Amino acid sequence: MKDFAALFTRIDESTKTTVKTAALADYFQTATPEDRLWTIALFTGRRPKRTITATRLREWAAEVAGLPDWLFEESYSIVGDLAETIALVLPPATESENQTLTHWISFIKSLSVLEDDSRKAGILKAWDSLPSTERFLFTKLLTGGFRIGVSAKLITRALAQATGQEEATLTHKLMGNWTPDTTTWDALIEADDPTADLSRPYPFYLAYGLDGFDDLGPPADWSAERKWDGIRGQLIVRGGDHHLWSRGEDLMTDRFPELAQLQDYLPDGTVLDGEVLAFRDETPLSFNALQRRIGRKTVPKKVLTEAPVILMAYDLLEHLGNDIRDWPLHKRRETLAALVQDVPSAAPLRLSATVPFRTWDDLSAARDQSRDLNAEGLMLKRRDSPYLSGRKRGDWWKWKIDPLTIDAVMIYAQAGHGRRANLFTDYTFAVRNGNDLVPFTKAYSGLTDAEFREITTWVRKNTLQRFGPVRQVPPTHVFEIAFEGIQASPRHKSGVALRFPRMLRWRKDKPVDEANTLDDLKELLATFG
Amino acid sequence: MADVLSFTDRGIYCPAGDFYIDPWRPVDRALITHGHSDHARPNMGRYLATDGTAPVMRHRLGKIDLQTTAYGQVTQIGDAAVSFHPAGHVPGSAQIRVAVKGEVWVVSGDYKTVADGLSEPFEPVPCHAFITECTFGLPIFKWTPEDMLTAQINAWWAANAAAGRTSILGAYALGKAQRLLTTVNADIGPILTHGAIENTNEVLRAQGITLPETIPVTPQTTHKTHPGALVLATPSALGTTWTRKFGPSSTAFASGWMALRGVRRRRAADRGFVVSDHADWEGLNTAIKATGAIRIFATHGYTTSFQRWLSEQGYDAHIVSTDYHGETLDADEADA
Repeated sequence: MKDFAALFTRIDESTKTTVKTAALADYFQTATPEDRLWTIALFTGRRPKRTITATRLREWAAEVAGLPDWLFEESYSIVGDLAETIALVLPPATESENQTLTHWISFIKSLSVLEDDSRKAGILKAWDSLPSTERFLFTKLLTGGFRIGVSAKLITRALAQATGQEEATLTHKLMGNWTPDTTTWDALIEADDPTADLSRPYPFYLAYGLDGFDDLGPPADWSAERKWDGIRGQLIVRGGDHHLWSRGEDLMTDRFPELAQLQDYLPDGTVLDGEVLAFRDETPLSFNALQRRIGRKTVPKKVLTEAPVILMAYDLLEHLGNDIRDWPLHKRRETLAALVQDVPSAAPLRLSATVPFRTWDDLSAARDQSRDLNAEGLMLKRRDSPYLSGRKRGDWWKWKIDPLTIDAVMIYAQAGHGRRANLFTDYTFAVRNGNDLVPFTKAYSGLTDAEFREITTWVRKNTLQRFGPVRQVPPTHVFEIAFEGIQASPRHKSGVALRFPRMLRWRKDKPVDEANTLDDLKELLATFG
Repeated sequence: MADVLSFTDRGIYCPAGDFYIDPWRPVDRALITHGHSDHARPNMGRYLATDGTAPVMRHRLGKIDLQTTAYGQVTQIGDAAVSFHPAGHVPGSAQIRVAVKGEVWVVSGDYKTVADGLSEPFEPVPCHAFITECTFGLPIFKWTPEDMLTAQINAWWAANAAAGRTSILGAYALGKAQRLLTTVNADIGPILTHGAIENTNEVLRAQGITLPETIPVTPQTTHKTHPGALVLATPSALGTTWTRKFGPSSTAFASGWMALRGVRRRRAADRGFVVSDHADWEGLNTAIKATGAIRIFATHGYTTSFQRWLSEQGYDAHIVSTDYHGETLDADEADA
């Protein structure tokens, strides 16, 4: 594990991508193939299964460190990371072992069949034999999460450096539901054929937000579609079976069972890119309807009837078993249209229509209708563009509608976690109602680090009352809160719940009595809910 | 028995001697533990501080009415017997012992219990009541041993120098900067200093403290004039355009907060060295125990948790609110 800890330290100590990439590339050339494979797995979200609960780890760490539970919890709330807290409070290791990363992962897996006492003995011994960085990483593996500032993009770049293969090829190879238990370094990275695994998706092509028409050239080069407000999905029909992948590389096949019938209508070797939408009477429902199905592993009948879904297809990536991503968009769409045409209209598949326009002004007018159509805006795609992988500038742009906004008063503040521990970054906001303030949302993002620091200093000096980690502050600061949607919610005091609320601006120019009211909020609900 | 000290909105007050300790609003008579700006403030009628703290106070506060005292020397003020004892925080820093009719209270100011090779080492002072800071009063704070720390900094500097990078290290102008100066290996390359740090260096040199040779940064100084240099800068100078003149560089912070990965990453410095002029968890607990005091007053830091912890250990522990801020990473306060 020493070499893995050294890799982690090199990555963690640097803010420069080139340094991180070089560290990873070195590691991919020197570590054992098993460790390399596990490293790729960890950094792409494929962690070993949890074999021990966080509660047990906290208890044991507090016990070994001789701390009362509340003090451990207090420490955790400051550090913001359980594994780091444990590594910090434990006494220094008294022994030293150098085993491979793969060894420790096997050790963690082996815990699942043991009794609690033996698990505890094993983990305590491990803690006592690992120096601090290794102890932190080992505990991080135990707790499951492994986000340490390495993106999948960085991994592929480093692998490209280490193996001499193309980044795009590697990105494709790393997709899908492999784990280090189902494959090897040779099969995953060195073998030639990325389609060997029938469930493997293609990397999604992601668009940037549009920042003007000046560089786009003539409108005739472009094709526009609605930007649907659902879940991006890639439907794969291969070998008589089907798979549905989310953009976050989650397999969603079982969550949307109604899409299974599409494998009967689409030819084998078809891969579609589209949006999973709640849909009825040829009309997309609002995202709120779909929300009830997110996070469910199985779907009860009632929900299936109330929020039926379709795939609104907008691109074709594989046709009759051939990767056609380098065909121009218009040709892919023609082929896609023909495929959809052959599917009966009772089946849950639609072609996302193009939005006709001659001038950018036409397009702007079309964008203004988005909310009525339950769309998030428009997508603009160059007609002759290939299907690229990852977020790329130039050929695809998203042109979202402006968010809804409301001016609200900050009334509570709480310190953040991890990178934001020690900064007050999580706020509760209220709207006015007569002389009262009614809390209606929390928000965590949208301000600069400098603004967060300024507010943190202010909160420290202006705390009225503490409720555990939460500080009540005098209603002084007004923020413009942006959000994507609003719906009625009996669980909230204000009667509303917002979708993706964030701070758009700190309205230093606005006094509290000019903040919006509960009536304003209710009006937004009536209009957009 | 009456309380020797009381806590007012001007500062810590001694009725028996009619004086304040480290007050934050103007008062007639102020006893000062050390020269950091949240403890030694301007506009007091009269000051009393140690011989070692006096030069920095004069440098920072200008013309003041300042009486000085040696460590351990007793000064009678009204009914109070006052003496200053090393706090190990920065050169000249003191804990202030106040005895009234056999009742002894000690104000520790800021302190650390490990020797840094520069400040007079912390000395436990037996007392009935102990007023302590707890900037790092949580068990997550354990300082890197001095020799390991020195090795880390030297290795970082040497690697940068070999790769043609300037090493820029952020540290407080008073105390930490000089402490780092005395521990780094000056054979690696030239040591450049930011103006605020060099001013403090001069003050300390003038009072007889030996520091290695340093070169003040001037508008002409660049990485070409001084390749492979270590630049000591105030925390607020890091991340500004000032650092650009040193060409390719690696930046680092030296602070107790660097024990936390999240904080380290938020600073966007390349490295964080865990070094503080305050006591860590172990240090605070040891120091408090050594005083033999039963009554403990926690001033600045993680006061809520620390008070609860001390209460559970059997102390009569209280929180008092003050205007001290200990070790901070906020740019406007960090140059103390």
